[in-house]
Amino acid sequence: MTALLYLLSGVLFILGLRGLGSPRTARRGNQIAAVGMLVASVVTLVYVFDQARQSDALSVLWWVIILGALIGGAIGAVLALKVQMTSMPELVAAFNGFGGGASALVAFAAIVATDTIVGADVQYATETEVTVALSIAIGVVTLSGSFVAYGKLKGIITGKPVALPGGPYFNLMLVILMTAASVWAIAFNEPMGYWILAAIAVVLGVTGVIPIGGADMPVVISLLNSLSGVAAAMAGFVIGNQGLIIAGALVGAAGFILTVQMSEAMNRSIANVLFAGFGTEGAAPIDAGDKPVNSATPEDVAIALAYAQKVIIVPGYGLAVAQAQHAVRELATALEDRDVVVEYAIHPVAGRMPGHMNVLLAEADVPYDVLLDLDQANPKFPHTDVTLIVGANDVVNPSAREAGSVIYGMPILDVDLAATTVVIKRSLSPGFAGIDNPLFYMPSTLMLFSDAKVALENIHDALIEL
Amino acid sequence: MSPEFIQGIVVFVLAAFIGFEVISKVPPTLHTPLMSGANAISGITIVGAIIAAAFADGAFAIILGILAMAFAMINVVGGFLVTDRMLEMFKKKPVVKK
Repeated sequence: MTALLYLLSGVLFILGLRGLGSPRTARRGNQIAAVGMLVASVVTLVYVFDQARQSDALSVLWWVIILGALIGGAIGAVLALKVQMTSMPELVAAFNGFGGGASALVAFAAIVATDTIVGADVQYATETEVTVALSIAIGVVTLSGSFVAYGKLKGIITGKPVALPGGPYFNLMLVILMTAASVWAIAFNEPMGYWILAAIAVVLGVTGVIPIGGADMPVVISLLNSLSGVAAAMAGFVIGNQGLIIAGALVGAAGFILTVQMSEAMNRSIANVLFAGFGTEGAAPIDAGDKPVNSATPEDVAIALAYAQKVIIVPGYGLAVAQAQHAVRELATALEDRDVVVEYAIHPVAGRMPGHMNVLLAEADVPYDVLLDLDQANPKFPHTDVTLIVGANDVVNPSAREAGSVIYGMPILDVDLAATTVVIKRSLSPGFAGIDNPLFYMPSTLMLFSDAKVALENIHDALIEL
Repeated sequence: MSPEFIQGIVVFVLAAFIGFEVISKVPPTLHTPLMSGANAISGITIVGAIIAAAFADGAFAIILGILAMAFAMINVVGGFLVTDRMLEMFKKKPVVKK
């Protein structure tokens, strides 16, 4: 019966994931998945109660369950309800890290339990011990890797790729050491091996993520999400629970496919994202001081916009940081009142996460039908009078068309094909890719150096006075 | 290998294939909520955490149990809530995407 109810929760997860794949059904899908989680949790609570009833030796430590659940539930709820939409990506990274950490802890609890309850001489079958090692290794890598991703997105850790001694071979060496520690733990029945394994896994999570540039963090988080699913499935093998195996494998696979799709949106392979050390060469300080730039005032920009017929707005991370989604919407409304056609071009990886801009603009009530994706937007730029770039950089960098550039081949928005390009940006500093952007120095480009929100409000005010 | 372990492998492989199939072409708009929702589902490890916490034996095992429970709950509660918050914003408007 328990197994059937776990199957039910697995079916609910599948229906939920499928719902999440389409805009119409996404919210319902998430709710269905949450119900699946509730079913799995209740089934497990009944299961432990029943186990304890049947055995005199076991009793359920309800206070341990409740205390842990209250602490975790409160932290999770507060974080989820307090977070600003702009900080969503790093929060997902953090949640994911906790999930991976929980799987590793479950595996640790299982080995500690055999030591204390049944005595050290009774042990798991070898194949189960392998899953203990995998659960710990993958769970801990997910934990430490997710927090490095969190740090990079928050700006605590440099967004630039950090080169490791020996490059990818350094991490390969760590994997070999982890295998050795696992063999020691399993073949020689030496629990200390698992702790060493966990310690190396902490390092691997850090050194695995830190060489990857901040721009690629969405892909990394998605991959770590996939890994946390695998870790959960491995924990399922450890404790012999099919509910964990079903859901863990499901998320592992779905997360992996999503990772592939995200990489494709950037025209790169996963291997390229993970090992290329994207932008390392360009990380040297950029000497832009002596190149001429057309610096503009909000009034100049307002005039350019007011007499345009077609305007395309390109939002980027700067818009998110400045919380400027409402300001951009107000400016667009003011332009529409003057019969200017306003559309938005959303690059697949604009912001810190795919779909990040869509979420923000949806928050500001921008209708769906004026949001253009890359393929819809690019044919329109040559017929556009003004493109207004708000805090975007790498996704509009024309050097992606030049062989030899570190971002060569990345699909970009062809904003430079419009008659006039306005860039609102705080400085000439490079984006996550760490390279200079020739767009800023083009004769048809006006640079407005300012915080995105302030700039948009000033343009709006200037426009009203025209 | 025990029959249960082999059965586990069967379940794992089949569930993985379903996971591959269920994520077909997803519009980039939904990549963030989908990743966040899948992340919440990976909190299924709460099942293991409940078992670990319920039968913890000794102070160290109890600490592990509380931590496992707390970590898993952060993942589950936070994950579903934050996904719902994101999707709530999409819902207010009619979907006219071509």
